[in-house]
Amino acid sequence: MVAQLVRLKLTLLLNGYRRSVWQTVGVVLGSLYALSVVALLVVGAVALGTTDPGTAGPVLVLGGAVLVLGWLVIPVFAYGVDATLDPHRFVTYPIPRRRLLAGLAAGGVVSVPGIATALAVLGVTLAWWRSPAAVVAALVGAVGALALCVIGSRALTTVLAPLLESRRSREVLTIVAFVPIMLAGPAIGWFSRRLGEGATDAGAVRRLLADLADVVGWTPLGAPWGVPAAVADDSWGVAAGRLVVLLATLVLAWWVWDRALARTLETPAEGGSKGARGKGLGWFDRFPATPTGAVAARAMTYWLRDPRYSASIAIIPLLPVVLAFAGQGSGGGPGMNVMLVLAPVTAWVLGFTISNDIAYDHTAFALHVATGTTGRTDRWGRALPVLVAGTPLVALFAVLSAGLTGRWSDLPALLGLSLGTLVLSTGVSSAVSAHWLYPVPKPGESPFKQPQGAIGATMVAQGVAGLATFVLALPTLALALVAILLPSPLLGWVTLVVGPGLGVLVLVLGVRWGARRYDQRAPELLQRVLSYA
Amino acid sequence: MPQPQPPAHPRPADQHPALQHQAPQRPATPPDPAAALSLRGLWKRFGQKIAVAGVDLDVPAGSFYGLVGPNGAGKTTTLSMATGLLRPDFGVATVLGTDMWADTVAAKARLGVLPDGVRLFDRLTGAQLITYAGLLRGMDRATVAERTEDLLRAMDLVGDRDTFVVDYSAGMTKKVALAAALIHAPRVLVLDEPFEAVDPVSAANIRDILHAYVADGGTVVVSSHVMDLVQRMCSHVAVIAGGHVLASGTVDEVRGGQTLEDRFVELVGGRKEGEGLAWLRSSSASS
Repeated sequence: MVAQLVRLKLTLLLNGYRRSVWQTVGVVLGSLYALSVVALLVVGAVALGTTDPGTAGPVLVLGGAVLVLGWLVIPVFAYGVDATLDPHRFVTYPIPRRRLLAGLAAGGVVSVPGIATALAVLGVTLAWWRSPAAVVAALVGAVGALALCVIGSRALTTVLAPLLESRRSREVLTIVAFVPIMLAGPAIGWFSRRLGEGATDAGAVRRLLADLADVVGWTPLGAPWGVPAAVADDSWGVAAGRLVVLLATLVLAWWVWDRALARTLETPAEGGSKGARGKGLGWFDRFPATPTGAVAARAMTYWLRDPRYSASIAIIPLLPVVLAFAGQGSGGGPGMNVMLVLAPVTAWVLGFTISNDIAYDHTAFALHVATGTTGRTDRWGRALPVLVAGTPLVALFAVLSAGLTGRWSDLPALLGLSLGTLVLSTGVSSAVSAHWLYPVPKPGESPFKQPQGAIGATMVAQGVAGLATFVLALPTLALALVAILLPSPLLGWVTLVVGPGLGVLVLVLGVRWGARRYDQRAPELLQRVLSYA
Repeated sequence: MPQPQPPAHPRPADQHPALQHQAPQRPATPPDPAAALSLRGLWKRFGQKIAVAGVDLDVPAGSFYGLVGPNGAGKTTTLSMATGLLRPDFGVATVLGTDMWADTVAAKARLGVLPDGVRLFDRLTGAQLITYAGLLRGMDRATVAERTEDLLRAMDLVGDRDTFVVDYSAGMTKKVALAAALIHAPRVLVLDEPFEAVDPVSAANIRDILHAYVADGGTVVVSSHVMDLVQRMCSHVAVIAGGHVLASGTVDEVRGGQTLEDRFVELVGGRKEGEGLAWLRSSSASS
């Protein structure tokens, strides 16, 4: 079963790359990037091995713990877990779950990030070249770390997936996400205090890292890396203890994954709003009864009701809290200036949300094509809810951050930059989303599922949108920065005029270009989303 | 929608020597401007596979037209090209004399379309979805509201008007999609597999609605696998296989005294006599 699933995954991976030129380009670029990072890490590790083990150990333990943490956390909050081998597709086959699980775990390594991680964790063991016993321990640790990355991330997303499908538990999860953020404040404080004590002394930094690594090496995240570090120190008792932590974590993750998978396979996922009912026509009664108004009402309804949208909106109320904690952590007072990025970042995120809107519609987009909806109608309809809901929110955030930092004089510049970015990034999205589509989780699917072979196309499309937004926002950004740093209240007022002005210009041109592309290619766009099915 | 599957036809278009290298020519006869739907030399290739290889078809105004063919015959691809969902490689499609691919907006305004194999905006309620389709067509709020009520009643969906479409059964989903296709009172209706998964009572209600619509001068084009249904329901029929029209005309012309099903099998071929899966017969077989 393991061999079969690994072969299946390889075949799917290679077939995926053959599907389109862009996908191939994206994957080749991604692989090259991953390979260069791996090469750099291995070279760095060997170089690290030439220094004394007192430095190499802590660095590897802390770096490794961050890697494992990334595998666990990134799928939950950002990309989702690669769903090429979706366990639900094996439901009808008589495969014992134990063997299916082993196969899925092995298949999970067969992906660009999986292979890169495997190469990296194995390559980094070279850091211990001066102590053969530690190399052996490091190899054991590396295999354990890889298993922990794959199994841990699967276990976590499988457990959380059913939770995310209902709105209430998503809110609970959001609150749970606060806990590490709140802990981050005191941790940063402790760290900066220790740094402050021995700022002049390189040895103090090293001792600090060593202390930290000693603790982290005992945690599930750091245990695989702590084992060789302990062996190199000849502390065999510590090494054995950490090995036990590693094995216990693996067994626990495996068990959790097994139970969670059993549950989801027996009760397949249902639409999130099972049994829920709408009332009347909702937004369709509130927006004007025109085609554009109808598209806007539909988009607004989806923003609130479709977990794929509302999950990304849930981040927005978190932003001020995160930034406030970060500001507190870095000492309060001038540190609170971090709050100033709140409104512009929110504006950018809001505008960016619609940069792949047609792919989110999936084949329901056929209704727009069949009814002969024009590009103008479609583009403006999708842009309007962002502007209508975003303008007051962004303005509120700008006022909030000016108030919290006490920099009321910077408010005009901040407002100009934020509102300008909102309008501008909506304009860029309106243009981009009529041309570059990339696969996203289908309607009703868990927002955690990363469609197969989509990472390359996603990176290209998001890169284009991000770069275009940044370049176009540069004049406003420069103006706002100068106004705040000089400080020049006059330039602030100029920003308040120029920012939104430039934004509206980009919006009008972006919508016009997007509408023209849409009118030329609406059937082709539909065929594209059909190919994602 | 267009599934680039190999045609299950004994003479697939992509292997036909005469069609392999010959560029499709301009249609000899111009499209019929009086016809509800007039297709000339429609041609579509997906990669190596030619899904539709030169389809000519006239759907007379006021007819109830059935489109039948085996799986992968090119029915959906043909209908997608006729309704503006898929751009043909070559050929012309006109709706009541309006060229679909030259004057798209005007042509689409006369069409009601029920595509097969696409999702709906299923986070809307049934009433919202029908309203959305009406507003997209540029109708005013009062008319949309009135017709939405009528359609919900006709489709027997009044009790589920505020239920999200995602929670509808397959048959209810078909019905609400059909309602969305009807709301702007199109002159031509193109329905791809409209009766799939619809329960018998609802299917009979839908047939009544369609018959009344045709009696009032509308034109309906349906694709279907069910020969009996087409024979009973339709006035005209076209048999499509391997991307070609094998026969077309009134149902009586095409079937020529046989049942439509027998005639269809005769035209399309592919019946396997005798043989079968010997190992499947024995109930004692293991593994």
